[in-house]
Amino acid sequence: MCGSCGCGTVSQVKAEQPTRLVELGTKLLAKNDRLAAHNREHFRAAGVTVLNLMSSPGAGKTSLLEQTLHLLESDRSMAVIVGDLATDNDARRLSGTRADVVQIETGALCHLEADLVHRACHDLHLDALDLLLIENVGNLVCPAAYDLGEDLRVVLLSTTEGEDKPLKYPTAFAAADWVVITKIDLAEVLGFDREAAIAHIRRVNPRARILEVSSRQGEAGLAPWLTALRDLSTVQAGVESA
Amino acid sequence: MHELSLMEQTLAIATEQLRVQGGDRIHRLVLRIGELSGVDPQALAFAFEVVRDGTPAAEARLELETVPLHCHCPDCDLDFRPEGWSLGCPECGGDRTEVRAGKELELKTLEVS
Repeated sequence: MCGSCGCGTVSQVKAEQPTRLVELGTKLLAKNDRLAAHNREHFRAAGVTVLNLMSSPGAGKTSLLEQTLHLLESDRSMAVIVGDLATDNDARRLSGTRADVVQIETGALCHLEADLVHRACHDLHLDALDLLLIENVGNLVCPAAYDLGEDLRVVLLSTTEGEDKPLKYPTAFAAADWVVITKIDLAEVLGFDREAAIAHIRRVNPRARILEVSSRQGEAGLAPWLTALRDLSTVQAGVESA
Repeated sequence: MHELSLMEQTLAIATEQLRVQGGDRIHRLVLRIGELSGVDPQALAFAFEVVRDGTPAAEARLELETVPLHCHCPDCDLDFRPEGWSLGCPECGGDRTEVRAGKELELKTLEVS
């Protein structure tokens, strides 16, 4: 019964609480960006150059790294962090050289985040490294949004994927420092239009360094990539001694 | 599908703000999503439906504002909107384009009580 007038109806209307607006402008990835900056400090202090490799599944990241570890073993100290949804197959493929290999199984996560890389680094001797190569999860969309603290972003495009990939995935290609066209030995048999592919990369990223490689043809097939890596370490060493 | 983890991050930021503001309900979230952020707005909206249950944002409305891509050419000082993801300068052909807007992933506004 209503306490005010004694009538039998009780009001069901609850007073609506006034709402208020809070202007934030907070970056959704602020936490990852902070951790990436922290990783970058570690990498700088250790004098290691860090590359973040991204591509679709099957573009040849692991093959490229496999060959790189063998061919540069004698003149560069390297380590690899490999991200995969499941299995340590890639880590096993990459073992067998002096390079340390740390596998991150991301489970349901479709990309690497700065925090995962930070934890993986605890298993590495960063101070002893010239190059740290991070193989991201095979996926051209999600990894592009996450800074890991790397010096260079490397995006792979294989000849089997077609020439228009850069236009379909502009976010990944636009943020690349280097674009590596892999499986170039198959270009002819696939009818891969090399010029169109390069034009598409240039369109979304006018400044990216473009390297064409074949991981099946050893030192000769990887020459542009190996030279780029060697130059990188030289530059880094130069900076340090300055 | 990193939209799911992005939305979890968003709710974590929003819930923390709610605590700071001393409120107990989130009524509305406004996000700014850049064209070049690599995020699919539909997937984000779907992810929101999934992650909001049991949170103070369970009945909140999600609004997504798209931020168009805007570039600047430092060589000829031109501001331009690239067409078809063509990021080279349309005026001088320069390749030092700076992306001034279009990469945003931001929680812009919260409505709470």
